[in-house]
Amino acid sequence: MKMRIFVPRDAGAIAVGADDVVAALEQAAEKRGLPIEIIRNGSRGLYWLEPMVEVATVKGRVAYGPVSPADVPSLFEAMASNGPHALRLGLADEIPWLKRQTRLTFARCGVIDPRSVKDYRDHGGYKGLERALTLTSDEILADVTASGLRGRGGAGFPTGIKWKTVAQASADRKYIVCNADEGDSGTFADRMIMEGDPFVVIEGMTIAGIAVGATKGYIYIRSEYPHAVAAMNAAIAAARRTGYLGEGIVGSSHNFDLEVRVGAGAYVCGEETSLLESLEGRRGIVRAKPPLPAHKGLFGRPTVINNVLSFAAIPFILDNGAKAYADFGMGRSRGTMPIQLAGNIKHGGLFEVAFGITLGELIDDVGGGTFSGRPVRAVQVGGPLGAYFPRELFDTPFDYEAFAARDGLIGHGGIVVFDDSVDMAKQARFAMEFCAVESCGKCTPCRIGSTRGVETIDKIIRGERTSENLAVVEDLCNTMKFGSLCALGGFTPYPVLSALKHFREDFGPAPATLQAAE
Amino acid sequence: MSAYEPWSEARGAEIIAEHGKLEGATLVILHAMQEAFGYVPEPAIPMIASALSLSRAEVHGVFTFYHDFRHEPAGRHVLKICRAEACQAAGGDALAARAEAKLGIAIGNTTPDARVTLEPIYCLGLCATAPSAMLDGRVVGRLDEQRLDALVAEAQR
Repeated sequence: MKMRIFVPRDAGAIAVGADDVVAALEQAAEKRGLPIEIIRNGSRGLYWLEPMVEVATVKGRVAYGPVSPADVPSLFEAMASNGPHALRLGLADEIPWLKRQTRLTFARCGVIDPRSVKDYRDHGGYKGLERALTLTSDEILADVTASGLRGRGGAGFPTGIKWKTVAQASADRKYIVCNADEGDSGTFADRMIMEGDPFVVIEGMTIAGIAVGATKGYIYIRSEYPHAVAAMNAAIAAARRTGYLGEGIVGSSHNFDLEVRVGAGAYVCGEETSLLESLEGRRGIVRAKPPLPAHKGLFGRPTVINNVLSFAAIPFILDNGAKAYADFGMGRSRGTMPIQLAGNIKHGGLFEVAFGITLGELIDDVGGGTFSGRPVRAVQVGGPLGAYFPRELFDTPFDYEAFAARDGLIGHGGIVVFDDSVDMAKQARFAMEFCAVESCGKCTPCRIGSTRGVETIDKIIRGERTSENLAVVEDLCNTMKFGSLCALGGFTPYPVLSALKHFREDFGPAPATLQAAE
Repeated sequence: MSAYEPWSEARGAEIIAEHGKLEGATLVILHAMQEAFGYVPEPAIPMIASALSLSRAEVHGVFTFYHDFRHEPAGRHVLKICRAEACQAAGGDALAARAEAKLGIAIGNTTPDARVTLEPIYCLGLCATAPSAMLDGRVVGRLDEQRLDALVAEAQR
């Protein structure tokens, strides 16, 4: 019998040598005259173990990792004989780090062949769509609303309400747009799901199209993700071939088709109105709201625009019911969040879990502390626009409101860990600098404020009139926070002010103004 | 790396015709131009404008807004080093400085022999295997001094 071996095609696995491992495996098989079948699955998200190789056995898939090409000869013997090996991790499904997660959205990621509709269906795929096709638009909207799903891109707006607004709008055509411009450093969940289970995104968007009466969808993927672009395009082609996209979806009267569009290196295009401008072929300049995209979105038509993870959560909700999803979570944060552990972390990767887990559990327990072995000093949660939290705030539960109450945000669920060698004045400066480079230029607080912010923080770093300049930075941050058109200028103050508040010792002598402000 | 075609008006017109009917085609065409020629040649701008009934200024505005589009060819190899927070946390700044020193150029420049263009990139989504880089479209994670040196040497070949 052919040995079935799984090696991820995920970019994160390829970056640490997965393709070389595949070549070595093919070579080893040929040398021994043993037939093998290599399936390029997605990553299960245990990145410190990538490239993680799995082999199918009667008891389930046995995992090995991290595998280098040099390990392959001995690994091949171990796999063929089901014998011991230093890199053997046991049954993949039983790995504790994976087992303690609640994988609703990522249930199939790393398990299936991301190019096979059949494999997707064999693992429960397209059941949500099948049920949606038996429901009315109102019933689908009621399910999505009752699930409590909130936009996973960062803003946390209730998805059901957004969809309902589009469903109620009348127009000659409507659009579904998937925001796959995952620009936040420390986040990679969108990339992983597009590469590991692209059909779940397609299914979620198709259900959205049926619910609101749209027949065309776009997936806007950043150009930094060539592997995700290829995976999505392959999946779209496969879905078309099997009748899951195009005219008369699986024999119904509904039409829906998808197209991938590729960004061009502008961070601000992750902001939804800027993304729409970019999709229309223009500069990614932010639009003032109102009108909301739900009323006047892409090409002026009513548009559902959601993050990849929001769409990817939909099939589970339609398949298992709103309650099954809403039963997870805390407060107004229902369901699960695919959290991404990144930066200087020992066990980095994707950890999907119900809302409510604390930051400390995530960093110390799940993440295992720093990769460097030094103490954790700061963590940035929510990307370049998220706040830096010190250890004192590690009791914060992962929940939209709990983070907001501590002047932070969960954003797209990325956590970047820094050890005690970090210079927080430098990080604050970087936040302003990044905003200055990436600002679309439409509003003054963001365009000018960020540049003045860099200059002023430079003065503080040089020790020039520290207390006066810290007051200027605070003032600039307030202007940006309350005066910017979108989250780029509006949220850049989060990393800056949090660095100032929690790590003031990095900004020179303690200033009187800030002490008074507390 | 792939070899690029030299600019030709006929080929440019072909690319425009191929994508011009798409909704909001400007970025798609600019990407296709760069894929074919390695950059977006200046004469392409008015051609795109006229095909899409836009002003030359509008197309120029789109072209210059996005970091990806080049107005001149890059070096034979393009090495992009991630400068974003997750890679900073994992020692990316020191590696970026090391790449600059090895190549003798600052990030954002091309070596005088036109072999290597060194560019910053803000996140490849490889944040759990940081620091990361991309050489001509090939991603590399868990960079350390040794792996970076090998990457730079490969780019210089």
